[in-house]
Amino acid sequence: MNSKISFQNVTKTFDLKDSVFTALDDVSLEIEDQEFVTVVGPSGCGKSTLMGMAAGLVTPDGGQVEVDGAPVTGPGPERGVIFQQYALFPWLTVRGNVEFGLKLAGLSAEERRKRAEQAIDLVGLTDFADALPKTLSGGMKQRCAIARAYAVDPEVLLMDEPFGALDALTRVQLQDQLLDTWTQQKRTVMFITHDVDEAVYLARRVIVMAARPGRIFRIIDVDLPYPRTEEMRLSPEFAQLRNEVWHAVYHQDEPQDAVAA
Amino acid sequence: MAVITAPENEKATAKSAPVRGRKRRVRPIVLNLIALAIGMVIWNVGAALAMIGDLPGPGDVASRTGEMIGDGQLFENAWASLQRVFLGFLIGNAVAIPIGFLMGWYPVARGLLEPYIQFFRTIPPLAIIPLAIVLMGIGETPKVFVIFIAAFMATVVAAFQGVTNVDRTLVNAARVLGASDGVIFLKVVMPASVPFLLVGMRIGLGSAWATVVAAEIMGAESGVGQSMMQAQTYYDMPTIVVGVITIGVIGLVMDRLLLLAERRLTGWQETR
Ligand SMILES: Nc1ncnc2c1ncn2[C@@H]1O[C@H](COP(=O)(O)OP(=O)(O)O)[C@@H](O)[C@H]1O
Ligand SMILES: [Mg+2]
Repeated sequence: MNSKISFQNVTKTFDLKDSVFTALDDVSLEIEDQEFVTVVGPSGCGKSTLMGMAAGLVTPDGGQVEVDGAPVTGPGPERGVIFQQYALFPWLTVRGNVEFGLKLAGLSAEERRKRAEQAIDLVGLTDFADALPKTLSGGMKQRCAIARAYAVDPEVLLMDEPFGALDALTRVQLQDQLLDTWTQQKRTVMFITHDVDEAVYLARRVIVMAARPGRIFRIIDVDLPYPRTEEMRLSPEFAQLRNEVWHAVYHQDEPQDAVAA
Repeated sequence: MAVITAPENEKATAKSAPVRGRKRRVRPIVLNLIALAIGMVIWNVGAALAMIGDLPGPGDVASRTGEMIGDGQLFENAWASLQRVFLGFLIGNAVAIPIGFLMGWYPVARGLLEPYIQFFRTIPPLAIIPLAIVLMGIGETPKVFVIFIAAFMATVVAAFQGVTNVDRTLVNAARVLGASDGVIFLKVVMPASVPFLLVGMRIGLGSAWATVVAAEIMGAESGVGQSMMQAQTYYDMPTIVVGVITIGVIGLVMDRLLLLAERRLTGWQETR
């Protein structure tokens, strides 16, 4: 198997006041190199916790998480993370934010500037390179966060509901842009969303999770070729897949092959 | 739906609001000048009718101010007080910032130091003066010491709060880009704490200024407070009032300067 990210029987519990909460119960998942997977599921089913383990921000209580065959022991620049709340450093300009990781990588000022410019250009923020985050709209902030992650050229992109707070129009634009850059430069992407449309449009596989305890409920293959287009989004095949995912997310207590046929 | 589109609308509303407001409102500076003029009239009438004992009128105070500027007394007094404030304020902040950061960063440091900070915080610095004079004599040391305490208390709490209020996602964002704990502290925690620090410093400076004058009144060789105390023994009312005004003006100027620094250094903050 050519797994880039491998979750092997991972378990995570949180100690509450007088009980133990099982956030993830024996979750196993293999994500292939250069694969684009999306993760959907009801709120609180452990999506962020699962991704946090791949990022090295959350330690599993049981099982193992491996990236490139090596156990994850902490965060690292080869795994870029994009948060829903943008998480831009508000005292740095767009350029300063994008250069942050490059500085840590020990690049020269000249090299930093060049790489940052490329990343900023890629997300279409060139005119705002010297702007502070507070002057940017939500969509522009998220573009900046994406540029910051891209700049250090990670092999893995972990995205936790990155477009969740954006309006529908901006969201669709950023989805296409994300797929564009992904086709140009294939990375392994694990993308969490609560938007069923988005999950189907982006992914080769949709991982549907269930809550209490957090676990993988179903995995749905999306047999649509890349590049994805607007026609595809409006096609009957797409509608069929969307129904299937919708059913898996919102009707977990009903038989699952009812709509699939 | 409105919630989702809000970020895109932010700028538009922020721009149009002041334009609409400006037309209706009278310029605040005009109101300020009117208030000042009314105050002067009331003061003048009050002094002329001897309503509050022997309160000197604005004329007497103005001419005494002129005299005190002329013979350099005013400047000398103010400088003596300011020197004490700056020294105590500088040492206070130099000690408070590392200690506050330490408390915010290391739970052990917090556990050890917090009881003392919380306890001494409730004591007005002035209440330390008698003790400080007995322990340190009547020279400069006890005065600078109480100012140190005033500045220290305000800043240490602010630095500590600054660290504990740092957004966890910012720390995580730095970690996933490869930042070590040291880098996170220098490049994320410290800049994120600046707004808290400056608020603490402003409170500390106000408190230090109040404390120095009181300390001088309790006994000193020089300073604005000392000059007022001396004037009191001679029943020199205009000099006392000049002292009161000097204290107010210097306090206001210092506060405005720090406010200016705050605006410049924390302009990156999202407006709430
Ligand atoms: N640090 C924590 N302490 C206690 N409970 C937590 C903690 N982090 C997450 N949880 C709980 O674990 C569950 C899964 O959280 P999360 O992974 O954030 O879910 P999702 O991202 O799918 O909404 C939630 O019920 C949440 O309340
Ligand atoms: Mg989540």
